[in-house]
Amino acid sequence: MRAGGAIPGAVRAAALALTLAGFASTLWNGVDEPGHALAFGVLIALGELARRGALPGDREPAPLASAGALAYALLGESAGGGTSHGVLQIVAVVVAGGLAGLVPHIARGSGPDLDHLARRILSVGFAALCFQPLYNAGAVTTVLGHGPSYALFLLLLLLLTALCDAVLAALMLRARKGYPYGPLLREELRALLGIGSAVCATGAVMALGVAVAGLWALPVFCVPLLLTQVSFRRFTAVRTTNRQTIASLARATEIAGYTSPGHARRVAALSGAVGRELGLSEPDLTVLEYAALMHDIGQLSLVDPVPEGATALLPAEEQRRIALLGGAVVRQTGVPAAVAVIVERQADPYHEQPLPARIVRTVNAYDDLAAGSACGALTALERLRLATARDHHPEVVESLARVLARGDGAGSIAPVPPG
Amino acid sequence: MVRISRRRPARPAQLASVTRVMGVKAIPPAARVYIGCALLGAAGCVLPALRPGAQTPWSAVALLAALYTVCELPTHCRLLGRALGGSAPMGAGSFFPVLLSSALLLPPSAAALTALPGALLARVERRPAGVRRAWRTAQLVIAVWAAAMVAGALDGRLALGGGPHHPDFPYVLLPAAACALTFCLVLTALDGGVRTAAEGVPPRTAWRGLGRALAPHAVHGLAGLMMAVLWRSTYGPVAALFVLLPMYISCWVFAQYHREHAAHRATIRALVQAVDIKDRYTRGHSERVGRASVLIARELGMEEDRLEVVRFAGILHDVGKLGVPTRVLRKDGPLTPEERRIIELHPEYGHEMVRGIGFLGEARSAILHHHERMDGSGYPYGLSGAQIPEFARVVAVADAFDAMTSTRCYSRARPVEKAVAELERCAGTHFDPRMVRALVRALDRYGWSSAVTADEPRPPETDVPPTRTRTPETRPPDPAPPGRQTPASGPAFRAGDVRAPGPVSPDGAVPAPGHAPPGRQAPASGHVPPGRQVPASGSASREGAVPAAGHGPAGARRAAGQEDRAAGGRAGHAAPPRRGRA
Repeated sequence: MRAGGAIPGAVRAAALALTLAGFASTLWNGVDEPGHALAFGVLIALGELARRGALPGDREPAPLASAGALAYALLGESAGGGTSHGVLQIVAVVVAGGLAGLVPHIARGSGPDLDHLARRILSVGFAALCFQPLYNAGAVTTVLGHGPSYALFLLLLLLLTALCDAVLAALMLRARKGYPYGPLLREELRALLGIGSAVCATGAVMALGVAVAGLWALPVFCVPLLLTQVSFRRFTAVRTTNRQTIASLARATEIAGYTSPGHARRVAALSGAVGRELGLSEPDLTVLEYAALMHDIGQLSLVDPVPEGATALLPAEEQRRIALLGGAVVRQTGVPAAVAVIVERQADPYHEQPLPARIVRTVNAYDDLAAGSACGALTALERLRLATARDHHPEVVESLARVLARGDGAGSIAPVPPG
Repeated sequence: MVRISRRRPARPAQLASVTRVMGVKAIPPAARVYIGCALLGAAGCVLPALRPGAQTPWSAVALLAALYTVCELPTHCRLLGRALGGSAPMGAGSFFPVLLSSALLLPPSAAALTALPGALLARVERRPAGVRRAWRTAQLVIAVWAAAMVAGALDGRLALGGGPHHPDFPYVLLPAAACALTFCLVLTALDGGVRTAAEGVPPRTAWRGLGRALAPHAVHGLAGLMMAVLWRSTYGPVAALFVLLPMYISCWVFAQYHREHAAHRATIRALVQAVDIKDRYTRGHSERVGRASVLIARELGMEEDRLEVVRFAGILHDVGKLGVPTRVLRKDGPLTPEERRIIELHPEYGHEMVRGIGFLGEARSAILHHHERMDGSGYPYGLSGAQIPEFARVVAVADAFDAMTSTRCYSRARPVEKAVAELERCAGTHFDPRMVRALVRALDRYGWSSAVTADEPRPPETDVPPTRTRTPETRPPDPAPPGRQTPASGPAFRAGDVRAPGPVSPDGAVPAPGHAPPGRQAPASGHVPPGRQVPASGSASREGAVPAAGHGPAGARRAAGQEDRAAGGRAGHAAPPRRGRA
């Protein structure tokens, strides 16, 4: 871990301190409205149980638990009567419910992401801290009453909480992975529009629903969010399958002996790292990944393989011809058309290329030079630097050098999942 | 060539039957009368709200109608699209929580009115658009009216509470459930009616979709109830809007799911196509083997999800041919033992390729073992009897059956009866008799047609004369001079550079401990034929297997079929194949 490594530690320590304070205070003072505490605790536990079946690509594996926690933090009234639970009790209930729901997962050996858990505790604490002291002092109802402005106030608080959470998440990701902060924050904010907004809306709806209809609202109001969770999960599943199939198609060139083993995968991983370094957005990174996986697929059309599969060593015209053949194959698959464009233009001079194509070109050349035993990593980089007049974009080459210096290009290559 | 349809308009399947009815161009008179009656009925539902003195709550009607219209408008939703990468339009006619909440909130005729603008303005996917639009509107108006009638009869509006009064939970769940059920029933009934009238579908099949439609309607009903409760509460319509957000997002994600699913199918097709490109003898073979495998598996009583897997096993069984050098696959003349060994590696190559695809499951071992034989004389491992995975035994029979019944350049298609006789002769030695019997039974029951979808739309291939023409799409920007040699002959080529054909690791290729004979080795560098290092002569490689390029010379196709012969005289290929030159 480098300089940023302190942030995740600090976040976890803060979450732990808050949790301990919550439990201590709740044990000391007893529980206000135990019925509500129990109902929300059960809801959060069930939401955590529904985490089962989540895929690694899920941004929010347990949306119901998050929404339930936020709703409890923003719970003011219940069926007309007021409530009096405080911030520390909220934290204690959320943690207890979450832990209860997590026990089966931990028993099966698939524990949760601790960073994620810490972030949830902190963001729930933040929302509760914004709302409960004001509400318990009577300030909220006297100023806003029980009309639409109250509902909007809740939504505003949730928005603020989500923003803080996104900032925190981006900070922690930066500390862990070392990517630039700006694009990470942009990605986090963008993800808010997906399941994040559904979680926020459900949190507000549950808080308001309990205010109107009492605890009956909880089971009824969590159904749409469950539907959202199922939809997102199916989407993630089919996307994962699609990605695996594309990777298999990409491996055809290796198995046919056109390229060196693992070349496509290495280029994809390294291109992704360079793309992040250059601040590409998540959808662009997906397109880049697909293009990098399939960049050599044009070689399948050759009757004889290129020696070592190293297209970077071929004459420029030949490279472009193979690139065009590859684009024609890629257009047959179901990937976005942008992927085919990148594959087609990977051999053009960099002035004429879009950024992803520049990245694929440079990383491919690097892998051909470095892995093809032509020369070592440093010599390969040096040769790329010498070719920045026409072939390689200087900025891309420098990003590649930074990524390689960090060493996360090779480290982030995920092994092929076992069969 | 298989036509790839990107971005097929997707929609939530269960609820979209509204737009799917009437698949015929010319609308029969019975259907016209039926639709006319529905329109009259819809008008009858709406009119009471428009009478003077009807006390219609116009502001609520206008708000709900506007809300429904916004939800139904064909938006691509750019903001959300960025969150997931790409966006497909949502299906129309599938966003019912607003309608159900208006059925709970408003008197019947006013509730019916809220469906009107949204249903009229929403996208219609198929023609004739005008009639479909009118029909959808009439259908929704009647369904909402009926739902509101039922909710009113159960005192739903009173139970919702309002202002300082709290909703009467759990009683209010009853009118909500009845409302959603009525809505679903009326929609299905009207749908079934128009199907019967327009397409001649028997009424019983028209009801079949009801079971699947109930669950989504129940969820929409709950969301509608939540909206209605919050709408009536002191927090007002603003709070009700919050309910719609998760519903809207889940509908939208569902549309994206369909888009991605279609993309995945296209990728699988591309894999199969890549094989077809290399090995032109066997066009459509993969798809037919998939079909025959399903026939056998269904006859064996396999479950539906395993049928899907066996279909993929059949479709992808030869995917490893991608790993066999094109020069060997297309070799003109008899194969040397070395080349035969290379071709016999294709099951292992195939397994190596697909082992990362999780959903294929059992199909992966079928791809590895589809050339094993019951007496242990097959390859790659020489497994025998029950050691061979079940799916592999299925695919082996389907593969041999299609190889015999389809026309190839070196042999004419045989009639199905002869092929079956041949299969039965080899049952027990080559094939699992159980699978052969299952295939025979299935053929008796369903018959066999060798037409595949891959045959239909491929104009660039069948129309182009077999010369080295290129479509403009694949033409390089600066055509190379005619005398140019292949890349292998360039200065970068180093003679004697023998490489391992692929990363086939022994542990990756062995499906289970104990399956592999101890002496088996992973393919090593020695398997590469000398031919691969020889610089290609002339422009042979330039007519490479570009998907859209024309056929190569017919003679070049012959060798591909030798894989079948290399497979060891697979049932019925004992006679030397006739080599039909064009």
